[in-house]
Amino acid sequence: MRAVYADTLIALAEKDERIVVLEADLMGAHGTRCFAERFPERTFNVGVAEADMVGIAAGLASAGLIPFAASFGTFSSRKACDAFYINAVYSRLGVKLVGSDPGISAAHNGGTHMPLEDVGIYRSFPNLVIFEPADPVSLAALLIESAGFAGSTYMRLHRKEAPRLYEPEESFALGKGKLLREGGQVALIATGVIMVNEALQAAEVLAGEGISAAVVDMHTVKPIDRELVLQQARGCGALVTCENHQAKGGLGSAVAEVIAEEGVGLLARVGVKERFGEAGTVEYLKKNFNLEAEDICAAARRVLARKEGQVPAVPAAPAG
Amino acid sequence: MTENAQTAAPANLQARAREIRILTLQAMGRLGHGHVGGSMSIAELLAVLYFAQMKVDPQEPSLRERDRLILSKGHCGPALYSTLALRGFFPLEWLDTLNRGGGRLPLHCDMNKTPGVDLTTGSLGLGLSAGLGVALGNRIQGIAALTYVILGDGEINEGQIWEAAMAAVQFRAGRLVAFVDYNRMQIDGTTEEVMDLGDITGKWKSFGWHVQRVPGHDTTALNDAIDAARAETELPSVIILDTVKGKDVFFAEGLVASHHMKFDLQQAREAVERLPGGKREGEI
Repeated sequence: MRAVYADTLIALAEKDERIVVLEADLMGAHGTRCFAERFPERTFNVGVAEADMVGIAAGLASAGLIPFAASFGTFSSRKACDAFYINAVYSRLGVKLVGSDPGISAAHNGGTHMPLEDVGIYRSFPNLVIFEPADPVSLAALLIESAGFAGSTYMRLHRKEAPRLYEPEESFALGKGKLLREGGQVALIATGVIMVNEALQAAEVLAGEGISAAVVDMHTVKPIDRELVLQQARGCGALVTCENHQAKGGLGSAVAEVIAEEGVGLLARVGVKERFGEAGTVEYLKKNFNLEAEDICAAARRVLARKEGQVPAVPAAPAG
Repeated sequence: MTENAQTAAPANLQARAREIRILTLQAMGRLGHGHVGGSMSIAELLAVLYFAQMKVDPQEPSLRERDRLILSKGHCGPALYSTLALRGFFPLEWLDTLNRGGGRLPLHCDMNKTPGVDLTTGSLGLGLSAGLGVALGNRIQGIAALTYVILGDGEINEGQIWEAAMAAVQFRAGRLVAFVDYNRMQIDGTTEEVMDLGDITGKWKSFGWHVQRVPGHDTTALNDAIDAARAETELPSVIILDTVKGKDVFFAEGLVASHHMKFDLQQAREAVERLPGGKREGEI
């Protein structure tokens, strides 16, 4: 995915002289050395100084440029928060901030480097657009959308390989989710590489049980695609959100707000529940944090049972 | 405004600084409070920048090629607004609306509300990074404009200032000029008491900046220092201004408490009458 990130920025920059790239000593990690070689005068590696990077990016934006600034998601959110708020979002300048290694994809770097709250932090910033592409095709398309958007954006970037989910000619718009699989009884609303793929697997498993599950790639968490959420909520009445992030503050909260305000549908959330990140392989962490396809299936069965009035909203505490 | 901005005489600049003080006191007095200390300490600097140095056009405040000022110590916005009004960016009457709900002149600078304000500030420590970005953006686009950033001395307690100080040298931002309003006072006490800046000149030198130190209420010295900073096109320049907090305001001068004070229009009038040289015909 990082190669797509860098290649797309190069393609954008070849057509648009306003594209600039900022890094905070993670140029190698983000694969942007090739951008620096191609456009040295439009690349700034600011060293280990993420807030400074975002401030410089905002200054560049106010001078008329389109800056893409990247660091690990933990640092792009927690360290750069005030600079991003004041210099970019509050100032209505277009800074394209990137937080890489979202959630458990930080894997071996462990809890200090595992952004499980970045979307929650930024979701309350007025008019900020937050998105997380689920595959290489949507990454390239949404990056181009982001560059063309006048305001600031925050993108969660999965750096590692990701299976292609879309045909190259597929079109995308920020704020408009994608229905990847039609359903009928329950809708799995997922975001990001890991969880969209887990949701697709879960839908297969559920189909084997005779449960038809829709899968939505909700690449943009803010603004949430209300229309699509409500269409699913009204259509099947049972939703499961799937996110590689705290279950509070991100996609699950955004969907909950929409359906609670409209008074339609039931919801179960799959996400990290009141825990900090830790080190491990992605496979280990998926299991450990209950982010696997099987966890999504369990949530789907739970919400369906509620829909049919079989069990109370809160599962009973385990005996003993 | 009829003055040629590039050739205003030093005597005129002192008069401009006095006008900035008067308008600022008046606006704060109407409001009932304000950051009077830090606003008075930069009056001469603002006069020199807007009436002798900066290439700006009040009719076209967003002109791409303009010199820009980032008042990183954004709480001193009222002094900047007085300057911008005098320079013709908006009517003097706007100053009566300082910090009114729905108004154009909030206490902290907002680029989206006030013509002539080049960047939004208020959260301390952010302006130098943003100013560096502006300078680099101009360089990329072949624009030779200057970017000026005014920092408070307390403000440079913020670590991000020093991140930007390193980056400005690394990127050879020769058209970036910073000022430190060294009035030696911050909210909770003197800078020595709260967070000693030590060898402030040496600190900036060690970061690789072109450094000057001047008496901050001397318009001739300020003008010469800015000329010298502009002549330095390879390295970023910093000018450390030895200033007096609350300068020339009898109830504020030299007081730590002047950072933010409550005072009314009557007290503002008295302060104007007691400015050096006394009250003049037609003032306030």
